[in-house]
Amino acid sequence: MVLLVGITLVAFVVTHLVPGDPAAANLGQRAIGDPAAVQAFRHEYGLDRPLPVQYLLYLKSLLHGNLGISEQSHRPVLTDLAQYVPATIELALFAIVLSMAIGVGLGILAAVCRDRWPDQVIRVISLGGVSMPIFWVALVAFYLLFFKLGWLPGGGRLDPAQNSPIHLTGMFTIDAAVHGQWTLFWSALRHLVLPGLVLAIFTVGMLTRFTRASMLEIMGNDYVRAARLKGLPEHIVVLRHVLRPALISIITVAGVAFGNLLSGTVLVENIFSWPGVGQYAYHSAINLDLPAIMGVSLFVALVYIVVNLIVDLLYGVIDPRIRLS
Amino acid sequence: MTVSARAPLDPSAAAAVDSARRRRLRPETPLPWRRPLALAGLSVIGAWLVIAIFAPLIAPQNPLLQKFAILAAPSGAHWFGTDELGRDVFSRVLYGARITLPLAVVLVVAAMIIGAVLGGVAGYFGGWVDNVIMRLADLVFAFPGIILALAIAAALGPQLRNAVIAVVVVSWPSYARLVRSLVLSARSAQYVVASRLLGASGPRILLTDVRPNAAGPVLVLAALDIGNAILLLSGLSFLGLGAQPPTAEWGSMVAEGAQNFNDWWVGMFPGLAILTVVLAFNFIGDTLRDMLDPRTARAVRV
Repeated sequence: MVLLVGITLVAFVVTHLVPGDPAAANLGQRAIGDPAAVQAFRHEYGLDRPLPVQYLLYLKSLLHGNLGISEQSHRPVLTDLAQYVPATIELALFAIVLSMAIGVGLGILAAVCRDRWPDQVIRVISLGGVSMPIFWVALVAFYLLFFKLGWLPGGGRLDPAQNSPIHLTGMFTIDAAVHGQWTLFWSALRHLVLPGLVLAIFTVGMLTRFTRASMLEIMGNDYVRAARLKGLPEHIVVLRHVLRPALISIITVAGVAFGNLLSGTVLVENIFSWPGVGQYAYHSAINLDLPAIMGVSLFVALVYIVVNLIVDLLYGVIDPRIRLS
Repeated sequence: MTVSARAPLDPSAAAAVDSARRRRLRPETPLPWRRPLALAGLSVIGAWLVIAIFAPLIAPQNPLLQKFAILAAPSGAHWFGTDELGRDVFSRVLYGARITLPLAVVLVVAAMIIGAVLGGVAGYFGGWVDNVIMRLADLVFAFPGIILALAIAAALGPQLRNAVIAVVVVSWPSYARLVRSLVLSARSAQYVVASRLLGASGPRILLTDVRPNAAGPVLVLAALDIGNAILLLSGLSFLGLGAQPPTAEWGSMVAEGAQNFNDWWVGMFPGLAILTVVLAFNFIGDTLRDMLDPRTARAVRV
């Protein structure tokens, strides 16, 4: 709660104290020349009041579930967000599952083969992953896999001729699967692969490095040596005695990684014309659409809180001692 | 680079004895050769530094000159082809180093100083000062970097200078957290208590007693962070919020490539330039972290 209020305050201060003029960014050329129009615009969006009053008014309407009206789309910010959020969540979930699977797998392999060639190769791969400019990877992947080879669709969530599946969650793959619309499901999944892969590259590198490090830290413990000495097969030692305790810190990092994925969506969604919050954030930022920026900030804060909650719950699943206390 | 490479290597007595013993057993390989990744990273950075300094001598063309065939594929005359305005991409990539490398250093040094001062103050004085500073750091941490940077850069106006400010605002909290934790652990150390008993003031203790002990981990974090700073800055430029045309900046050059994705060379080479620089810094940072004292390495890791 404190975080939510804090985030709104930071976003508010950042967007309001800086010298950009929303009226200039959102009114047409002719309207700017007309003082009355500018005045009307400022009055309509409450920009003519003192800043603390503006902030308190914003909080007050927030309590009523009103995030204000977007200055660009002229629709309530909440409606805009409701439209864009599912697309971004779908993309980010796909990417985090992908990067958990690949990253943790590579990390285990690297830790088991410590200092031998697989470890070195994986090290270079993971460092490469965190060093790639995501917008450039997106472009290269787009050029190769869509433009040259035509293996995957290049943008959007469905083929242009297709209608979205019956609305349930707004995540097309899930909606289509639930309603048995399998052609749509297949199409939505194919559209998800390219942006999802690109988005996952950074977090794969991050999770690989971290998995290796925390596995190695735990392998140094006496109880691991004891497990080996009593003759347990190596894969049981690695998976049950080393991976499980290591997972505690791995999922902590995965939570941080999810935040990174959200950053990535701003760039990736723009390139793959994925109609999500990333694109919305970009357009509201360059147009200084203050209510929309605040709305995106709130969404981000909410995601942060939910992710932390999930991570905390997972601690209990992994480690029974945490569950008991 | 030499300073940061040496700091974590402080020869403790045990290590000296150990390495002396080993030297008797077999001829010692020089340190850099035992760290091939760091060596590779250092040489790549070195090469880019040379390019940045001597760009006017190396580059075959003026990076802003628009007199060649438009969007010509790479050839003997234009190694990396030409862009949509008929400029030589190879020359533009070389000149791009003059923007990215100095700015990366400025960014990281600024974030490091701000973060270290705030973190030091928070850790040393504790109480409400600590609370205010660290809650602020948490808030910035909770924001996905690029969204906050995007808002700041957009609000200040699309300019390279404003993009730099935005990146600094986003990146100081990790330094603040690290320095705070280092100060907290040093605060009760004997040498700090002794210094305080001798009548040293707070700032004096922080600067003369704590700073040398915190420098190693902070520099390692900086080496690891510099790559991220470059990625974020070029990302902002890619979105049109950083360097403005006709400046030859790698991120905005990739954006031009996105406009002409049919002509792959326009965006491919500047992107490779970013990749090599960031990768080289990450090689160095990763190696430094491995060499760091494990107790402090834990704080730097996340």
